[in-house]
Amino acid sequence: MINPYGLKKLPAWLWKRLSGVPEKEGSLDVSRLTYVVLDTETTGFDYEQDRILCIGALRLKEQQIQVQDCLEVYLRQEHYDQKSTEVHGILSREERPCLTEKEALEAFLAFLGDDIIVAHHARFDMTMINNALERHGMPRVTNRVLDTSALYRKTLIQSPVVPKKDHYTLDELADKFDICKKDRHTALGDAYITAIAFIRILQGLKQKGITTLRQVLR
Amino acid sequence: MSNIICERVADFLQHYPPFNEMHAKDLLALSEEVSIIYCEKGKVIFSEGEKAHPHFYVVHKGAVELRSGEKKEIADLCDEGDIFGLRPLMANEDYILEATAFEESILYAIPIERFRPYTQNYEELGNFLIESFASNTRNPYARKPLEPDRGIMVPGQSLDHTSRLLDFQPIGFTKKIITCKPGVSAKEIAQIMTRKKVGSVVVIRNSLPVGIITDKDLRNKIVTGLYPVSAPAREIMTSPVITYPKNLTVTQAQMAMMKSSISHLCLTEDGTPNSKVVGMLSKHDVMVSLGNNPTVLVKAIKRARKTNGLKPIRKSIMRLLRGYLDNNIPMSITLKIISELNDACIKQVVQIALSKMPSDPPAAFAWMAMGSQGRGEQLLHTDQDNALVFSDVEDDKLEPTTQYFLKLAKLVNKGLQEIGYEYCPAEMMASNPKWCMGLSQWKQTVAQWITQPGKEEVLLSSIFFDYNLVYGDARLVEELSAAIFETTRKFPVFYTHLAAGALQNPSPTGFFRQFLVEQDGAYKDFFDLKRRALMPLTDAARVLILSHHISSINGTTERFEKLAELEENNRELYLACSYATKALLKFRTRQGLLHNDSGRFIALDKLTKEEKIKLKRTFKTIKEIQELISIRFKVSNILA
Repeated sequence: MINPYGLKKLPAWLWKRLSGVPEKEGSLDVSRLTYVVLDTETTGFDYEQDRILCIGALRLKEQQIQVQDCLEVYLRQEHYDQKSTEVHGILSREERPCLTEKEALEAFLAFLGDDIIVAHHARFDMTMINNALERHGMPRVTNRVLDTSALYRKTLIQSPVVPKKDHYTLDELADKFDICKKDRHTALGDAYITAIAFIRILQGLKQKGITTLRQVLR
Repeated sequence: MSNIICERVADFLQHYPPFNEMHAKDLLALSEEVSIIYCEKGKVIFSEGEKAHPHFYVVHKGAVELRSGEKKEIADLCDEGDIFGLRPLMANEDYILEATAFEESILYAIPIERFRPYTQNYEELGNFLIESFASNTRNPYARKPLEPDRGIMVPGQSLDHTSRLLDFQPIGFTKKIITCKPGVSAKEIAQIMTRKKVGSVVVIRNSLPVGIITDKDLRNKIVTGLYPVSAPAREIMTSPVITYPKNLTVTQAQMAMMKSSISHLCLTEDGTPNSKVVGMLSKHDVMVSLGNNPTVLVKAIKRARKTNGLKPIRKSIMRLLRGYLDNNIPMSITLKIISELNDACIKQVVQIALSKMPSDPPAAFAWMAMGSQGRGEQLLHTDQDNALVFSDVEDDKLEPTTQYFLKLAKLVNKGLQEIGYEYCPAEMMASNPKWCMGLSQWKQTVAQWITQPGKEEVLLSSIFFDYNLVYGDARLVEELSAAIFETTRKFPVFYTHLAAGALQNPSPTGFFRQFLVEQDGAYKDFFDLKRRALMPLTDAARVLILSHHISSINGTTERFEKLAELEENNRELYLACSYATKALLKFRTRQGLLHNDSGRFIALDKLTKEEKIKLKRTFKTIKEIQELISIRFKVSNILA
């Protein structure tokens, strides 16, 4: 959750209003909650011009992933960019059942439900999804969002001899946590890597005494 | 619905029995039904007597421990690809074992109802199950026997830092208690404490504790002049004694000390002052139980009375090292701390050996570490390279003196081997008469190396010139250094030979920048990191720093940093060398910890692309420094 005022500590009432975490939910153990871990592949990094090619998402419930409880939808493309195809290998005319953007978004929302969203560099994925929703006159996603890049920074030790980076790539996380990178740059593959990294980040946070949703959001 | 995750599950399972017998299509269909479960270390997956889950498990990553019976003896340890929890499902029983995550693990849970049909379709699958039941093991195809020491741990005695609930483990305490009668004088008590190297003495009467005297009591009551040194124990002791039962946990002990602001706890049979004293617990014991802190480890090293006692400490040092690497602590700091600890260990081994000798040394001596230990670059257990120098004695005493030190060196070499330093295959050890000599003999030998440098002499001096005093008389070593520089000043051609030696190492890369691997021998097709990458750098640093007549710096990275200071125009190259050395050392250490060896030989196909690029980057620097040496010392003249 982004703190718009950039303050370290907010008064409880203000915090509650901003983050929308009710007292009771905020004290829940993060390892017991249900999350939807997602990743999108897009035609590029322009929030206005570029389009989503694929949404991959899986449900992480009490540290378990059901292989069947996953979402992998490919979107039919009008806007198509040669360059990004080289990264994720999704060709616009590839033989694959493709949905229209609207159908894909509906399928995604149905899958998402009320669960907390987890993504790596979540702001990018969420902006792409919300912009797409806006184009079809659908309401924005208001679920709570956790960013594994930001959470990972929290697990690192504070020491003047170990400088922290501003950003950590998913590749760095996969290396750090020894996760196979074979399916890197497929939406669901990246979502899986993110999910495993997320679980291990939670372990790291737990050792620092960070166990409740409120603490993690902070 | 097949998806990428499902494909990956199938990819994994197909390598392991019985799934390797299944058709890809069936395996993929089965994989769709799998749940992927993450288990933190110590998590109980199922316990004894629990009703069987609707699925069985395959270990994808990590390891799972199966224990049985009241004593929770280890029945089995499952690692990647092993199946567990299947038997009760097939036999319709409850679980008879307890399964816990031995380390952080990822499991695949496969629903039995989906699996059962395949056991009827595939003969091999059915056989697998029958065999696994008959042999009463989890997996008749188990790939390797269990390592006996894995997982069996005596709580409280190990220094295992990774255990999360360590705070609640019983604490190890000192069972050999130093005691005295109430009538003993303060002076005598101080003498006992000094001799026994303890911080406290229990005063007992009729084998019951009546008081305690600590360093603090001596400071506050004797040194201040409050009592004379002849005052008896009963007058200066702190009384009554605060006693506790012996089954304290680490946390309880800490709390007890904080509560009464004391640093020593007296442990008695039943926890009251009315029963026999069974042990002492000091703040130091608590620190040791809490684990890996360099200061604590140094203290623990100094207290070790036997080389055996150093072994667990060395293990802790390795754990500390791993932690430093995991947290990206800068290599220069890591090197310093770890080599200090290693030095302390060696020092203690020498001390222990001295205590075993029948008499005191007949002359002053110095124990020197050479090679990587001398340079302070030894992170992993590698070979021991060491030498001994003793002060000159009269001619008729030379023989017995030499014999004494050879005997001592033999003990030290053995001790070092016991704590994990392997014997040097080239016999460059102080127990070799060639490496255990009087000062003037050493001067002669080294002068000979310098004035008549052949191939072997250059090699010997390159090892010897990184010496570092570990134990004994510093003046001997200083005098030897002075003699060396005196001789080299007269024979500058020696540097050219040393430089030529530095260029003898084979090049790391071939013409197309591909790695050059070993052509034959036990390490065929491995890349020799030490010989091809690290040695060119250490050799270069040595000849360059010696040519500047600087003897006080031994570490390769420090040598390059000093050189950067001395030669402004080559500053960048030297700093690049320093960086490359650190990067390579770190690389070697990581490899060594990973494969539990010296990290010297590397299987290239096991490296990631990124690692290879990192390695190659250092090679460019190596090439440049070798060119510099070749030109500066006019090496081509002697090679021709």
